Amino acid sequence: MVSWMERSSFIERWTLRVSMGLLAVVMIFPFVYVLAVSFSSPQDVSNSLVVLPVHPSLAAYNWVLSQTNALQGIEVSTFLVIVGTAINMLMTVTMAYGLSRSDVPGSKIILWLVLLTLLIAPTIITKYLVVRQLHLIDSIWSLIFPGAIAPFNLIVLRQFFMGIPRELIESAELDGASEFRILWNIILPLSKASLAVIALFYAVAQWNNFFDAVLFINSPQLEPIALVLRDIVLQGNVSQNNIVSGEYMPPSLTVQMAVVVITTIPILVVYPFLQKYFTKGVLTGSIKG
Amino acid sequence: MTTVNVLSGQTHDMHETHAPPGRIQPEQPGKAGKRRLSQRIWRRRWVYLLLLPGVVYFLLFYYLPLLGNISAFQDYSPYLGFLGSPWIGLANFRTVFSDPDTWIVIRNTLEISLLQIVFAFPAGIILALLLNALPGQKFKRFMQSTLYLPHFLGWVIIISIWQQIFGGDGFLSHLVIGLGGKPVDLMSNPAFFQPMVTLQVMWKESGWSTIMFLAAITGIDMSLYEAAAVDGAGKMRRLWHVTLPGMRSIIILLLILRLGNVLSVGFEQIFLLRSGFTTDVAEVIDTFVYSRGILSGQWGFAAAVALLKAVIGAILIFIANRAAKKFGEEGLY
Repeated sequence: MVSWMERSSFIERWTLRVSMGLLAVVMIFPFVYVLAVSFSSPQDVSNSLVVLPVHPSLAAYNWVLSQTNALQGIEVSTFLVIVGTAINMLMTVTMAYGLSRSDVPGSKIILWLVLLTLLIAPTIITKYLVVRQLHLIDSIWSLIFPGAIAPFNLIVLRQFFMGIPRELIESAELDGASEFRILWNIILPLSKASLAVIALFYAVAQWNNFFDAVLFINSPQLEPIALVLRDIVLQGNVSQNNIVSGEYMPPSLTVQMAVVVITTIPILVVYPFLQKYFTKGVLTGSIKG
Repeated sequence: MTTVNVLSGQTHDMHETHAPPGRIQPEQPGKAGKRRLSQRIWRRRWVYLLLLPGVVYFLLFYYLPLLGNISAFQDYSPYLGFLGSPWIGLANFRTVFSDPDTWIVIRNTLEISLLQIVFAFPAGIILALLLNALPGQKFKRFMQSTLYLPHFLGWVIIISIWQQIFGGDGFLSHLVIGLGGKPVDLMSNPAFFQPMVTLQVMWKESGWSTIMFLAAITGIDMSLYEAAAVDGAGKMRRLWHVTLPGMRSIIILLLILRLGNVLSVGFEQIFLLRSGFTTDVAEVIDTFVYSRGILSGQWGFAAAVALLKAVIGAILIFIANRAAKKFGEEGLY
C-alpha cells in the first residue's frame, strides 16, 4: 500500500492508531452509556455516574411498552418500513427502468425533470400546501406518498440498469418478451445487490421518518416511533391516552434511554447488511458512475 | 467519480440521443418522420406505462409545489386557496425585510453555516486522509463501520443521546459532580448552542463524508507517489503535492454545493434543539419559515421567506460555480 504516509516511523504509526482508537471510543461510548442507563434502576442513575448497570433491571422497558405509546409508534413505523419501502421500490424500479431505455422518445425530457429536482427542492410551505390540497393531512399516506421516490436513489439505480448489456435486452425483445418480462426476468435478477442497498436505504429512511410526521400528522395514534421518542425524551411528556389515570410522572432517565435503545436497535440490526454491500462497493461503484 | 459525474454522464447521454430518422435522411418529408416518431412511441407504449407513476409523482410533489410559490405574492389563506386569495404584489417581501426577526435568523443561519464550513467540512477531509494512512485492513474497516454508523440514525436519536451525555442529568454533569464540581448543562446553555450544533454534525456526518474523499484518494495514480518519493519528497510534501491535488476537484465540488446550501442548516436538527432557546439564539431561516407559516398561519410571509431563500441559494451556486471555473476547475455544470 503506497500512500502519502508510506514509510512512516514506528511512533507515527502508533500515534495514528491510538488517536483512531480514541476516536472510536468517542463514537461508541455514548451508545454504551445509553444502554447502561436504560438497564439501570432510576435511583442509581440520578445519584451517580453509571457506566455499567449496578442493579440491572428491565423496569424501564416494561414501563415504556406498557405506559407510553411507544408500542403504537413501533407499529406505525413498521407499517411505514414495510408498505412504504415496497411503494418506494415499486415506484423507483419502474421509473429507473423506463429512464434506462435510451430509445424511448421523450425520456430525456423526463430525465431532466428528475435531475432538476436535485437543485430545486420544494419548500416546506409549498409541500405542506400540496399535501393539504390532496387531503392527506393526518393520514398515514402523507408519510408515504410525498417521499415515494428519492431522486438520488432513482438516478443511482438507473445508472446501474444502464450498465446491463444491451444485447441481453435486445435478444429478449426478439424472442417477443414484454417490457414487464424483461424487467422482471432479466433486469431485476441482475441487480440484486443494488436493489438491496436501495431498499435498505429506503427502509432506514422510513424508520427515521420524523419531520414529515411533525408536518402532516396530528393524531397521536399515527405517530411514528421517532416522534414518540421526541415526545418522551426531548419534551419530557408521555402521550395522554396511555397514562394511568391520576398520577402523572415525567418519564425517568432510564425510561427515556430505553426508548432511545428501542428506536436504535432496528437500524443496528440492518447495519451489517448495509455495511456488507458497501464493502462490495456496490453503492460507491454506482455513485462513481 | 461522484454524483456529479453521474450528472455529467447524463448530460453526455443527452448529446448521444439518436437523431430522429427524419433528420438522418433529409430527403424524406417531415410527415414520414412524424409517422416514424409516432410508431416509435407506440412501440414503446409499455415503457411509458412504467414511467407514468414516477412522472405523476414528480409533477405532483416537486413541480406542483413550485406553483405554490405564488402564495408569496398573495395574502394567502388555505380556505380561499391559490385562486381565491387576494393578490398583494410585493407586500409580503416588504414585511419580511422590515421584520427585525428576519435579520436575526439570517445572522444565526450564516453563523452556523460558517462554523460548519470551517470545522465540519475539513473534518471529513482530514479523517479521510487519516483513514487512508491507517495501516491494517481490519482496523481500518472497523473504524469505517464505527464512523459511518451515526449517519444512519435519525436526528431524534442523535440528539437524545447527546442530551444524555451533555445535558443537565447527563454523563458529563455526573462526572463533574463526581470530581467535586457543580452540575453542567451544555445542551440548554445559549453560549454553547452553535458549538453543539456543529459538534453534533461533525459526530454524525464526518465519517460518512469521507466516502467521497476516500474514493478520490484511491483514484490517485500510485506512480505519482513513487515519482515524488524518488524526487525526495517527504510525507508532508507528498500529501501536499500529490494527495491533496488529487482530491481537489471533489473538494471544490462539495464546497460549491455547500455554499449553495449556506442558507440551510440541518432543519430537523435545529428544529429539535431549539425548544427552550430564544429566537435570537436558535431560530434559523428554515425553522422561522415553519413557525411563521405552519404554526402561526402567516402563509404569504413564510412563502416569501422560503422563496427568497431558494432564489438566493440558486444564485450562490451559480456564483460559486463561476468562481470555481475561474480557478480552472470543472465546476458543477
